[in-house]
Amino acid sequence: MKSFTQLTGVAAPMDRANVDTDMIIPKQFLKSIKRSGFGKNLFDELRYLDEGLPDQSCEGRPLNKDFPLNQSRYQGASVLLSRENFGCGSSREHAPWALDDYGFRCVIAPSYAEIFFNNCFKNGILPIVLNEQVVEQLFAQMYAVEGYQLFVDLETQKVTTPAGESFAFEVDDFRKHCLLNGLDDIDLTLQDVDAINAYEIERKQLSPWMFDVIK
Amino acid sequence: MAGKTLYDKLWDAHLVKQRDDGSALIYIDRHIVHEVTSPQAFEGLRLAGRKPWRVDSILATPDHNVPTTSAERASGVAGIEDAVSRIQVQTLDDNCDEFGVTEFKINDSRQGIVHVVGPETGACLPGMTVVCGDSHTATNGALGALAHGIGTSEVEHVMATQCLVAKKMQNMLIRVDGKLGVGVTPKDVVLAIIAKIGTAGGTGFAMEFGGEVFRAMSMEGRLTVCNMAIEAGARAGMVAVDGITFDYVKGRTYAPKGEQWDLAVAQWKDYVSDADAVFDEIVEIDGSAIEPQVSWGTSPEMVLPVDACVPNPKDESDAVKRNDIERALAYMGLKAGQAIKDIAIDRVFIGSCTNSRIEDMRAAASIVEGRQKAASVIDAIVVPGSGEVKAQAEAEGLDKIFIAAGFEWREPGCSMCLAMNADKLGNGEHCASTSNRNFEGRQGYGGRTHLVSPEMAAAAGVAGHFVDVRTFIDGSAV
Ligand code: SF4
Repeated sequence: MKSFTQLTGVAAPMDRANVDTDMIIPKQFLKSIKRSGFGKNLFDELRYLDEGLPDQSCEGRPLNKDFPLNQSRYQGASVLLSRENFGCGSSREHAPWALDDYGFRCVIAPSYAEIFFNNCFKNGILPIVLNEQVVEQLFAQMYAVEGYQLFVDLETQKVTTPAGESFAFEVDDFRKHCLLNGLDDIDLTLQDVDAINAYEIERKQLSPWMFDVIK
Repeated sequence: MAGKTLYDKLWDAHLVKQRDDGSALIYIDRHIVHEVTSPQAFEGLRLAGRKPWRVDSILATPDHNVPTTSAERASGVAGIEDAVSRIQVQTLDDNCDEFGVTEFKINDSRQGIVHVVGPETGACLPGMTVVCGDSHTATNGALGALAHGIGTSEVEHVMATQCLVAKKMQNMLIRVDGKLGVGVTPKDVVLAIIAKIGTAGGTGFAMEFGGEVFRAMSMEGRLTVCNMAIEAGARAGMVAVDGITFDYVKGRTYAPKGEQWDLAVAQWKDYVSDADAVFDEIVEIDGSAIEPQVSWGTSPEMVLPVDACVPNPKDESDAVKRNDIERALAYMGLKAGQAIKDIAIDRVFIGSCTNSRIEDMRAAASIVEGRQKAASVIDAIVVPGSGEVKAQAEAEGLDKIFIAAGFEWREPGCSMCLAMNADKLGNGEHCASTSNRNFEGRQGYGGRTHLVSPEMAAAAGVAGHFVDVRTFIDGSAV
């Protein structure tokens, strides 16, 4: 998994409450056999004016010019600013896959749906909770200044605005440790590689046929 | 100190590390893979630059999406008409080639449903831990193994680390004593168990099936019972090892040979629950009282003996249950209190990982031999669980018996069990099915599934409605 330490990035708005995972990545794209490549279909129904189909190239599809991600000032954004209950709905892990594939590494919102929140940490994305007033203030500043960038520091647990104003956020210690070091579940298990090897050696002696090769 | 259960022994033998938070790392001996739940796992390995920890512990075969008609099957993957199905099967081939995983490809004579292929090739053995990205993996527990289904992220985790992060479950014993009557099959036993304990009865438990009925049951019957442990809520079901287990395993492709065999048998003998083992819960059922079963509703616990009548919601005092019954009757198009034998059927499906092994084929053939499918039944398809089952059945002439009776003989795969391929029920059609799930829409949009044994499905296909198969066996049926 990608680690997350610090990030300076353009902020883009998803200015509504209850952004659900179907909105983030509509269900027709779930038939995919991949976990990459969802970025072009992130917010598909809002981003394009036609109906998106799986396996279709998005080059040349009619864009919804009013949608922020289609506007030049938000190009290259890596911080997504949104409202309460972000990521509600189906538990699909495709939602964080799509955000990540598009280039978002951090979401800031007043609250999240739980499964989505967990899935973010499993996929190297930092979901930050800031209170409603602060989020409102960030929205206002972002709209006022083209190319508005936020500085996010996981180590010190702070979001800093271009004017130097900082807001502290909470994060579970264990999750912070995993994100800072880019550790996913597999990495965590592999920290016990010695135990696994020792088990195998002992088992091979005791029950060698268990290690017969499937071919 | 109290003795250990079979599950305790399997758990202890595979414990790599107990973690402080109550979870543990469990070593996985065998990993079976199919096309639906593996693509993102392989992709995850690729993105992280990881390799399978022990690639020779993995066996793959496509089953869910493969067509079962010989015409569509003839040209292999390229011939699969549905594009999404074709891509999934092709992707499994590509991934297995890239990572060096052994795969029984679509038209390999060893291809089949994962849970049929595992035991019959000897890839799954007593004393093993077995996982697969599929909830019916518990089937393999019949061998005296710890087997359960896992999710896609766990498939990737097991590939990368050979371990699963798990928490120890509680122990449940289902003891069925007595002797099964004529025409009463392992499928009826497991349906009767689910009817008794409910679909959540086994949640959080590893379920051991013990007692006289299981000691006398063939290995294939035990596989059928363990297959449906998940329908009783248990992720893992298992049966203790005995002589029947050894006779079944001996000589299979991946089973140990020679000295290794003797060493293995000596160790496997211990995979039984100790006499003084303590179970957290024990359920007792009288095997002699079990009758042929038919599910009437939309959950596997909505099941009754064939002679019964479907429930009347008015007789149910609990409001939630009454509502469930009403909903199920409406979906199934049944009248409250109607006799199960009066349910006319439109199609028959004999197959799935529950009932597609050679004994199932023989049992169904014995019922249809010399008889004819009812004209009112649109079709009756028989789908062997694997290429090996198919070849064996054909060697015994079973295919000819089915075809002569107006049943169709198909190529191996999951087929109408979940209708991911072209085999589907039409809206409102009733099916006598040997599969394991009767959820709404499972066998096709609006389809109505009745879970039964292969014998009962065959008999229903002949009669055009449910009948007590025992009347076919004793000759009293007209
Ligand atoms: S036969 Fe049915 S239950 Fe069994 S693995 Fe296939 S789809 Fe799943």
